[in-house]
This record gives sequence, C-alpha cells and structure tokens, in this order.
Amino acid sequence: MRIAVSTTGDTLAAAIDRRFGRTAGFLVVDLDSGASEYIANSQNLRAAQGAGIQAAQNVAATGAEAVLTGHCGPKAFRVLAAAGIAVYLDAQGTVAEALERFRSGEWEPCEDADVEGHWV
Amino acid sequence: MKRTFAVASGKGGAGKTTVAVGLALALADRGQSVRLLDCDVEEPNCHVQLGVSLTATEPATAPVPEVDTACCDGCGACAQACRFHSLAVVRKQVLVFPQLCHACGACLYACPQGAIREVPRRIGLVRQAEAESITLVDGLLDVGEAMASPLIRQVRQREAGTEVTILDGPPGTSCSLLAATGGADHVLLVAEATPFGLHDLALASEAVRLLGLPVSVVLNRCRGTAADAQAFLAERDLPLAGCLPEDRRVAECAARGGTPYREVPGFGAAMRDLLARLLGEAA
Repeated sequence: MRIAVSTTGDTLAAAIDRRFGRTAGFLVVDLDSGASEYIANSQNLRAAQGAGIQAAQNVAATGAEAVLTGHCGPKAFRVLAAAGIAVYLDAQGTVAEALERFRSGEWEPCEDADVEGHWV
Repeated sequence: MKRTFAVASGKGGAGKTTVAVGLALALADRGQSVRLLDCDVEEPNCHVQLGVSLTATEPATAPVPEVDTACCDGCGACAQACRFHSLAVVRKQVLVFPQLCHACGACLYACPQGAIREVPRRIGLVRQAEAESITLVDGLLDVGEAMASPLIRQVRQREAGTEVTILDGPPGTSCSLLAATGGADHVLLVAEATPFGLHDLALASEAVRLLGLPVSVVLNRCRGTAADAQAFLAERDLPLAGCLPEDRRVAECAARGGTPYREVPGFGAAMRDLLARLLGEAA
C-alpha cells in the first residue's frame, strides 16, 4: 500500500507540511517494501488557483491509496474522493511519526474537507 | 470615426470614475452620442455619479464546460489544457470546477472526442440606462464570483454602434484590467500625484504597455505644478494628458453622490479640455 505524506523535505525525518495543495512536496512511501519516492509540488506552490486540484491529481497518479496531511480544502477533497484516496487530517511532527500513527489503526480518515477553499 | 477610450489606474480611488463620467458628459454636451461602459464589475458606480437608475437588466453568463460521459474516454487532455485547473481527471473521470473557469474554451479545443460542450453559468448582471445622449452599460458581478473577465467581455460587447465609447476600468493590474482595456484606441491612466499614486501608476502603465496600447496620464489632485510627478512621467516616457488640481469641492461632491462635472466650478471646463486633447484637437 502506497501512502502520500505532505512534507517539507524528502526523508522520513522531514517535518509534515500542514498544507495539502501548497505543500512543498509529497513523500510517497510503500508500506510493504519501505521504498519512498519524493514528488516536488513547487509548480503548485506558484499556481494562481487550483493548487489543491492539481496536487490531488498528482497524488492520484502516484497510485497512493491514502494521504496524510494537515488540512484539506473542498476541491482537493473532491478529486481525492473521486480517485478513491482516503484522507487523514491533522498530521503532526515528522513523516515517520505520521506513518506510525497511520499504522496504529487509530486514525480515522476524514469524511469531508476541514477548511474552506480559496478563490485564488 | 468610432473610437474607444479606456480610463484606468492601478490604485483605487484615483479618480477613474469621475474622469470617465466627466469625459462622457463633455461629449454629451457637444451633442454627441456616447457609450459609457462601466467595466469595474465588482464595484460599478458610474450610475451614481450620473444620477441614473439602471433599469434594464439581464443576466450575464459565462460558458463553462460540460462533459458528455458517453463520449469521454478519460484521456485527460482537457485537464492538461486548462491553465486554471478548473478540470481534473482521475480514474478516467472528469471533474469540473466551474467557479475556477475563465471561459477560454481551451478544453473544448483540446478534447479529441468532442465530448465537451459549453453551457451557460450565471455570473452576474449586465445593466443599462440612458441619460441625455449617454448610454450607460455596466456589469455587476454576483457576490462570491471570482472571475470578472467574462462579465467585462460581455459589457464590452455593447461597445459598437456609437462614435465614442468610454470604458471605466477596474483598479489593479490583473486580468480584469486587461479585459477592460484590451483593444482600446487609447488608455488614459488616472494617477494621484503622490508616492502611492505614482508607484501604482508605474505598475498599471507596464501592464497596459504589454497590450501595446497608446497611453497617457492624467495627474489628479495636483498641488502646484506637481513637478516631481511630471519628472516621474518623463523618466518613463509617459505623456501627460492633463493635471487636475487638488480641490476639496470635487471630493465633497463625489462623496455625496453628486456630479462634479455639473456642480463644481471649473471641473467641467477641465474635462472639456482633456477631451479636446484626447481627440487630438488643439486645446
């Protein structure tokens, strides 16, 4: 199972980036093999609008089945839901800590966006 | 000869509407028919200064994509073509976000299956009123809508048919300014002769010059000769169309919803002089 984590760095020790659409990047971790792949999100950081939508498409293209992040807006959530990707909010600390919490089974995926969208 | 003059600034409150309405009234006083198009669709208020009610209204719409799922094969070409991320494709399914759509039609063009058609989505109102020989048209964007440009384009569709059109533009230097001024024969930038005003004037003039439009500047609220401001214009090769003096009576008149052109001594004459220079007549 592949998990995408919004993060400011490209290692398991990197801090969580609480933003989804405008995160610095995603570390996509294969829970079975332990292999990870970093997907930069710099293009969406500069997007005038639709950063969350594009980031969600990029995450979907990695084959990830779950996203661990801080917050998620309505447009990004709609794309992730259509892609069948579970969204886990309020991730804290490092990528490794978020993955540990995910593995514990005590983290429920959200049923909707937790923040308002932006117009631009 | 049909001519279109756009009035713009960068900074808000520089005097665009007062100058645009003043020029329209100066034309009307010559017995000319004139069309005044208020393209500041987020806060249209030319009608306030003209003292007219916009009684003729019709809904304005923007064409947004609708996908025929029977024809769509989920290739994703539409989402790739959209620079505004108003389409997303996941699991071969197209999701449309109409409120992000700029109504450019690129998705329609990109779709190899012909699966996209455009459907109208209401974004506001186009309103019209007649005052003397002035036909005023404005756009009123619905609250919560983010895309002004499609509405501005609809207001500008009513340009044709008269000799002179005056466009009252929005503040700022973004898409809505370009939509409101593009294709005009001349852009008149109204700037306060203050550091704030000149800073924003420089930005607005760069934006308008990107469109390749001829520009001149009206310095508003000038104290004395505004020598600093004039030097600023000269450095940037911006022609001066006129100076309007600092006059509290103009501000007071505008603030109570009056018409400075009619009510403030000297202001009407200043607008008639400005009009003569814009039309290329000897002042």
